[in-house]
Amino acid sequence: MNNEFLNSSLAILWGTFTDILPILLVLGFFQIFVIRREIPYIKDICMGLVLVLIGLSIFILGLERCVFPVGAQMADQLAAPNFLTDGKIDVFEAGHKPAPSLYYWTYIFAFMIGFSTALAEPALIAVALKANEISTGAISQWGLRITVALGGAIGVTLGVYRIITGTPLYIYIACAYVFLLIQTYFAPKYIVPLAFDSGGVTTSTVTVPLLAALGIGLSSNIPGNSPILDGFGLIAFAALFPMMTTMAYAMISQYLIKRKQVEEIDSNE
Amino acid sequence: MSILSYLVKRIFFAFKDVFPVIAVITFFQLIVIRQPFPNLEESLIGVTLVIFGLFIFLLGLETALFPIGERMANQFASLGNVWWLIFFGFALGFSTTIAEPALTVIAGKAGNLAAEAGVILNSKDSISKFVYGLRITVALSVGIAIALGVIRIIKGWPLTWFIMVGYALIVLVTFFAPREIIGIAYDSGGITTSTITVPLITALGLGLAANIRGRNPIMDGFGLIALASMAPILFVMIYGITVYGLR
Repeated sequence: MNNEFLNSSLAILWGTFTDILPILLVLGFFQIFVIRREIPYIKDICMGLVLVLIGLSIFILGLERCVFPVGAQMADQLAAPNFLTDGKIDVFEAGHKPAPSLYYWTYIFAFMIGFSTALAEPALIAVALKANEISTGAISQWGLRITVALGGAIGVTLGVYRIITGTPLYIYIACAYVFLLIQTYFAPKYIVPLAFDSGGVTTSTVTVPLLAALGIGLSSNIPGNSPILDGFGLIAFAALFPMMTTMAYAMISQYLIKRKQVEEIDSNE
Repeated sequence: MSILSYLVKRIFFAFKDVFPVIAVITFFQLIVIRQPFPNLEESLIGVTLVIFGLFIFLLGLETALFPIGERMANQFASLGNVWWLIFFGFALGFSTTIAEPALTVIAGKAGNLAAEAGVILNSKDSISKFVYGLRITVALSVGIAIALGVIRIIKGWPLTWFIMVGYALIVLVTFFAPREIIGIAYDSGGITTSTITVPLITALGLGLAANIRGRNPIMDGFGLIALASMAPILFVMIYGITVYGLR
């Protein structure tokens, strides 16, 4: 164990401690001064806090040493001229922007990452269960999970396309917002809060750094694009599109149920 | 034995979070790119750290932070003092966001990129000042969003109003914000709502809605996360205007 490693570990541990200190202060302050009751299971809680501190430090170390570099490596490899053109590098010469269609593997990669991470997200499973309850079965759990995952996948893919073409983010976002607002107006009322929450749910702690690294990596590999202008935005897309697909799903299932009811009435007559 | 099987289950749970990413990346590396993994050893160490760290972290969250947070949210909701409630909402939103690991990592990256692009001075001091400012801005905005959301639940205002006004403001401010901040701003909305924030905030919302007469936990309890992921977009753009100046 060398000194440098020890020092950097201690630095991360200290950083993590200062990060969670505000939560402790808030909870402690309100418990002691406002609620004014003794904290039960104080031993368990102290134990848990030590675990949070150590776990978070290791996790952040892992994110920085693995998730970020791997995301950047994938971007480097997928956007490498050799990989894109099978060795015919002349497409890239004279500073021309390569055609966006060359990057088809990157789109497939983005789609798969968006879909699989959203589908495995534990928070989404919980939300799907609740949605099934409140819609009295109109929204099936798997239906919603696949819907949200599709939303995430479409979002990340479109986001990657935007990075590759270098078009401004706000145009996409503004269009998406207008579409979202129209949808909000027509969607069944019970789905609206859930749909807007589902956007935040898809972007988990592991996905976020990976997408950020992918975006930054891609934009720095594409001639004429700049990481700070074009590299961000994947996370925003991954959060935005599940809202749309969730509302669309609720609208379609409601329409289908209505049509079925109408048919049943017709056949009864 | 039961503790052991519990721990194994927990490790598996943490692994499940990371598994799809590993599967997709491995598939692409071996089948599509057809190259051996670059820095395989380093990546394997990293993955192990991520899974192991996530496992310990979640274990700690569930034994310490979540029980207190949820109990306090419930106690506050039944306490009935509106001002304390609003203040608690703000404090909870702010403090959980500061601790969010994804925000820590991305803010650092954004700082380095801003320095490389020359929009802030390329020195350790100015980068860490920018990063710190970014994190405080995001945390403040989540705090304000949760406080607003608490007022919304108490008053029973529909979420749709907030969403409409919020998004309209975002689109408006986008036209004035410097281009270098827009991507980071839009991303910060998705970053804030992660591992620590979501469970504690949801507990507060559901506890409140359950304790106020005439509120439906589903209609009113949800929606705090939606506000918490909307507000940072607006505030980070305003932060960008104050740091870089108007476009």
